[in-house]
Amino acid sequence: MSSRAKRALLDPIVDDNPVTLHVLGICSALAVTTSLLPSLYMCVALTVVASLANASVSAIRKVLPASIRIIVQMTIIASLVIVVDESLQAFAFETSRELSVFVGLIITNCIVLGRTESFGSKNPVGLSFLDGLGNGLGYSAILILVATCRELLGKGTLLGYTILPNVADGGWYSPNGMMLLPPSAFFVIGLIIWAVRTWKVEQVEEAEFRIHEVHRTEAH
Amino acid sequence: MSGQYMELFVKAVFVENLALSFFLGMCTFLAVSKRIETAFGLGTAVVVVQFITVTTNAFLYNYVLKEGALAWAGLPDLDLSFLGLVTYIGVIAAMVQILEMVLDRYFPRLFHTLGIYLPLITVNCAILGGTLFAVQRDYTMTESVVFSVGSGFGWALALVGLAGIREKLKYSDVPEGLQGLGITFIIAGLMSLGFMAFAGVQL
Repeated sequence: MSSRAKRALLDPIVDDNPVTLHVLGICSALAVTTSLLPSLYMCVALTVVASLANASVSAIRKVLPASIRIIVQMTIIASLVIVVDESLQAFAFETSRELSVFVGLIITNCIVLGRTESFGSKNPVGLSFLDGLGNGLGYSAILILVATCRELLGKGTLLGYTILPNVADGGWYSPNGMMLLPPSAFFVIGLIIWAVRTWKVEQVEEAEFRIHEVHRTEAH
Repeated sequence: MSGQYMELFVKAVFVENLALSFFLGMCTFLAVSKRIETAFGLGTAVVVVQFITVTTNAFLYNYVLKEGALAWAGLPDLDLSFLGLVTYIGVIAAMVQILEMVLDRYFPRLFHTLGIYLPLITVNCAILGGTLFAVQRDYTMTESVVFSVGSGFGWALALVGLAGIREKLKYSDVPEGLQGLGITFIIAGLMSLGFMAFAGVQL
């Protein structure tokens, strides 16, 4: 694998993560993560859509007039999402009910449109496919992390299997019900971002430190 | 009768707030909440667009796409609901475009205030989410209208609230790794806790 392809695939996982660094695709990252199984389906759905949409946009990039490109990209993405949505309803009906509107909302997931717009419309098909795949995986990494925290602490289970036996069933772990409620999703992502930025210090400075520094010099 | 709509409205604004309990429109929610003024502009735009698009989409769903909806055209067995997603996003994109042109032509001052936010709204998942919820919960036309105004208003309220907190926060000493995005998430979480307190309100 050439180094460029490798970078397109691997960079988005930690160094250039779409969720924690670029703040894209947050909506679904927060909403579907109450338990691990729907999150996994969501990850697969988004990765499929992101890589195929990126490759398709890239395939027609030379014949696509710039003035209508957004609407064409939206149509491509919407069609792919319909295919994914219908397949989920056919093969995993229960989970698709649980994911409710969030599969449809992949259309407006900024990761997909962001990648087709900034990468797919400028690069060859194979590379775009890998880029979409990489971003899908980066998104999945965060989603799985959040979902694991929330399901484990909220219910003491993972994928429905008991890991921490509940007090109610004679075990020792008393589940933290708040982990299943919306606020905790915000907290968990906030803490993950804190952890990532403490580990990769360069992400802090680029994104936010500048604002603080300007304010300090003004104060002097 | 009107009490039922009132309840739906309050529920859409507080308990089922699109931003804080369904996490919709997060990207814009986090990006455009640095100043109250801009937050207010975007909030207004969202309420207007939400009202127009949800109403239009609910109309299309109830009279064209739903199973058996085309009975008035002599096609009682047709089920076009699989075309939903493409239709909704098309309607939203078109409506935003038309609204932009109308505002530019007849209300230039309003256009200048809202202008920059309108294109952003096309990809705001709160808008598409509002439509999808209205469809999924099988709201009637009137309910859809009430829900659209309520949910748009709730989203705008959350946005302006967050912007207010962030303006104050500029003067606080936040740990380095948590600055900016991190602390914004924590605050949104706390706001979400606050909004959950409305869950018991009955009208």
